[in-house]
Amino acid sequence: MKNVLMPAPHRILSVVHETSAEYTFRVECSDTVEHGQFYVLSIPKIGEAPISVSSRGEGYLEFTIRKVGRLTEGIFGLGAGDTIFMRGPYGNAFPVEDFKGRDLVVIAGGTGLAAVRSMLQHFYANPGEIKSLTLIAGFRNKDSVLFREDLERFKERFKTIYCLDDTEAEGFKKGLVTEYIRDVPFSAFSDYNVVIVGPPEMISFSAKECLMRGADEGRIWVSLERKMSCSVGKCGHCKIGGVYVCLEGPVFNYAEAKNLID
Amino acid sequence: MAGLKEKYKVYAPKRFPNGSVRYGEIDSLSEIVVDEKSHFSPKEVYLPIAQTIFYFKDSRCEESRPEDERDILIFARACDINAIERLDTIFLKNGGTEDAYYKRLREKVRFVLIECAGSFDGCFCVSMGTNETGNYMGILRDGKIDTQSEPVFVRENKKAVKIPDIDESIVKDVFGLEYWRGFDEECAGCGRCTAVCPTCSCFDTIDVIYNETSLDGERRRVWGSCMREDFAAMAGGHNVRKRAGDRMRFKVMHKIYDFKKRFGVSHMCVGCGRCGARCPRDIVFSDIVNTLADEAQKLKAKGGAAL
Repeated sequence: MKNVLMPAPHRILSVVHETSAEYTFRVECSDTVEHGQFYVLSIPKIGEAPISVSSRGEGYLEFTIRKVGRLTEGIFGLGAGDTIFMRGPYGNAFPVEDFKGRDLVVIAGGTGLAAVRSMLQHFYANPGEIKSLTLIAGFRNKDSVLFREDLERFKERFKTIYCLDDTEAEGFKKGLVTEYIRDVPFSAFSDYNVVIVGPPEMISFSAKECLMRGADEGRIWVSLERKMSCSVGKCGHCKIGGVYVCLEGPVFNYAEAKNLID
Repeated sequence: MAGLKEKYKVYAPKRFPNGSVRYGEIDSLSEIVVDEKSHFSPKEVYLPIAQTIFYFKDSRCEESRPEDERDILIFARACDINAIERLDTIFLKNGGTEDAYYKRLREKVRFVLIECAGSFDGCFCVSMGTNETGNYMGILRDGKIDTQSEPVFVRENKKAVKIPDIDESIVKDVFGLEYWRGFDEECAGCGRCTAVCPTCSCFDTIDVIYNETSLDGERRRVWGSCMREDFAAMAGGHNVRKRAGDRMRFKVMHKIYDFKKRFGVSHMCVGCGRCGARCPRDIVFSDIVNTLADEAQKLKAKGGAAL
């Protein structure tokens, strides 16, 4: 019988320091992964945690990890050539096929950007697949900006609004992402989708702002983060009502997500 | 009994030196406490409080092996025997995968029924439909295992519980009830209720290292509790259920609404009443359920009037 909790060792190919608290690990792996899915990463004797795939390529996956706990601190001690344990991929994905040929608005707060990065990279490489893409990405301050090279490149093919919570800087407006949702021309779109990723409060306020600006709730997609101990529907941590985020999520249509009460 | 122990590890409710009645291995049927409800459920036999799932040796990860080849015989009451089906639903069905650690113990489990001479304090199995079972290979009668007789089941409890009639039309209002806020102060968040519950299945996973200089360690599954403040807390500080009242709502709604809604058959409560008996703040689950039933009825009536 297959043990679904058994992690497999994978080699770390490279590490990019995005900020002092966020590193991107490129890991050798040739699994087929959809945009929005996640893995459970672990270091034996320290622990495991669910981490979304922040990029995928021939023979590798990337994970962007924020140093916030015992496990992630342990992972920060690893470098190229070291081994990390993984199991996955888990969860559903963004309905990317439905996004094709339509306008897409992506609103990302902080590390939440990691969960949509592979999708953004895909549409950057295949701009003909999408009618337009608007990216609103917010960070706490200049030092917490992630994926700087990607953000710079995205300006060429997407309509981009980058902002910092309480400071202005070159290429960044001052303010929260919610303040820039008003600039999205929802009424000019004939057919569109909105993707919101980030901390729980940011998702909730951004979705409400989109609705106020005339967006239809059925066109809004969110990716939820919850504590997980197994990611296979057994441990109970990520359950919201009758829904298991690890099984039915992490991507939900807002029409469903708004009714999920923790 | 010697023959029995050759084939089985035998577990039954027995009195421990501290006075509590808990499931443990027995050497004689006379050890079984039958005239009292056990303080803990039998779940710790097939869902251990702490269980090693992997051993880490150098850079290898090895699945732990079961310690005993024998089957497991458990002396249990109808409510607790019914409870194992709820655990089966989570560990063997949810998500379309089977949990290897639960399955390897569960497959070995056989029950001997302990009949209830009468209903104990706090029991409400009749209301939950869990007072009867057919899942046993014998009945404990006069200190022997009787495989011929028909069992006698409890037909009435002192406590009756009305299952709230909750559906999509009022569920948001039920979540929004001011009633839950009372538990912010009242509930201590200690997790005793979930520890004694025969259906509570949530767990945490922890890694341990044997000592500071050791290269070896293991990954363990330990009981978790949705009543504890850290149950939904994520690394980085976000916690979607900071208030005790939110955690009580989470537990209660799982027990009498969303488990059945998801899986269709039964509720995630078998009416044993242990949670109420063990609560240090005397919070009685069955009273909460009855209050919710009244509130649900009021909400339904209000909805009807609004139409």
